[in-house]
Amino acid sequence: MRYIEPHAHMVSRTTDDYTALVMAGCKAVCEPAFWAGFDRSSVHGFRDYFCQLTDYEPRRAAKFQLPHYSWICINAKEAEDPVFANEVIELIPEFLQRQNVLGVGEIGLNKNSVNEVAIFEKQVALAIEHDQLILVHTPHLEDKLKGTRLILDILKSHQGLDPNRVLIDHVEEHTIRQVLDQGFWGGITLYPESKCTPPRAVDMLEHYGDTNRLWMNSACDWGVSDPLALPKAILELRRRGFSETAIDRFVYQNPVEFLSQSPNFVVPE
Amino acid sequence: MPPETTNTLDLYFGDARSKLIDLGAFMDRVERNGDTEDFRYQAFLKALEAVKQAPRAESVLRSLSDPTDEPVAKAGSGPAIGAWKGLV
Repeated sequence: MRYIEPHAHMVSRTTDDYTALVMAGCKAVCEPAFWAGFDRSSVHGFRDYFCQLTDYEPRRAAKFQLPHYSWICINAKEAEDPVFANEVIELIPEFLQRQNVLGVGEIGLNKNSVNEVAIFEKQVALAIEHDQLILVHTPHLEDKLKGTRLILDILKSHQGLDPNRVLIDHVEEHTIRQVLDQGFWGGITLYPESKCTPPRAVDMLEHYGDTNRLWMNSACDWGVSDPLALPKAILELRRRGFSETAIDRFVYQNPVEFLSQSPNFVVPE
Repeated sequence: MPPETTNTLDLYFGDARSKLIDLGAFMDRVERNGDTEDFRYQAFLKALEAVKQAPRAESVLRSLSDPTDEPVAKAGSGPAIGAWKGLV
């Protein structure tokens, strides 16, 4: 079955994973900029990473006939030093011009600190200024509820921001309603140990799927994660009796609808 | 897009039963090792109360969450733990 993987950190994955994605029906993969598992020691490290996301990784994916897109930003975890973060932000406009870039992301909050909030606000403003889509990371575990509230408050304070052009990722049962009620898109992340299992994801789709502003992703990276989480969620949807038409909307048409707001996204055949 | 009727117990009872026994074994292990005063276990016990309140998954997640509203002055260095330390 065809699907889009809208959130995967492929720089952390092997070529075997590319093969597995394609064989499972993946038609395009989208890679947000994120924390590499360690703090980078200089702005040059970010420049190299942005080049990897916009040059090397698309070429690696192309060897498997898989279109690769990316999002550019400084992640929340490395936003605690505002001087450093602002130097990285100065790099971003150059990379927004690259052909495979969909927008600014994944920006957001990690530990809900004052400095994280300031850098998040600055990158939201940058995205608006450059007419870019926004992909938002919400914090982990006990910090998610508060972080999601703060993020929503900040986004709503930008009157020029169209919520239909913002996807708030890693929603769970305690945050999904407020995200969708305020007109934003929501992303459900399927992880083996945290975030959300396929049965819980399907529960949320049963409740909120009619909004057609939801997608699912694996967010596979260097940690415990599963690049085939989305095909496994498709199997769960079938077990629960969803039609092939409904499943196609969740895993292909919804992502295509959101991502097509970027002129750089080409609908895969 | 309502799904066709499926029997939820056919699909999930075995898995839920297994997880429930794992929870019981986890609690036995914590008690046996004298770790019951740890804030994470205290938060776990509060979450066991929260699961009685529908919608249950949301109630559990809320019970383990930081309920405050203001940003913190500085980000801590460690990862998220899964339970808010200020709860106990």
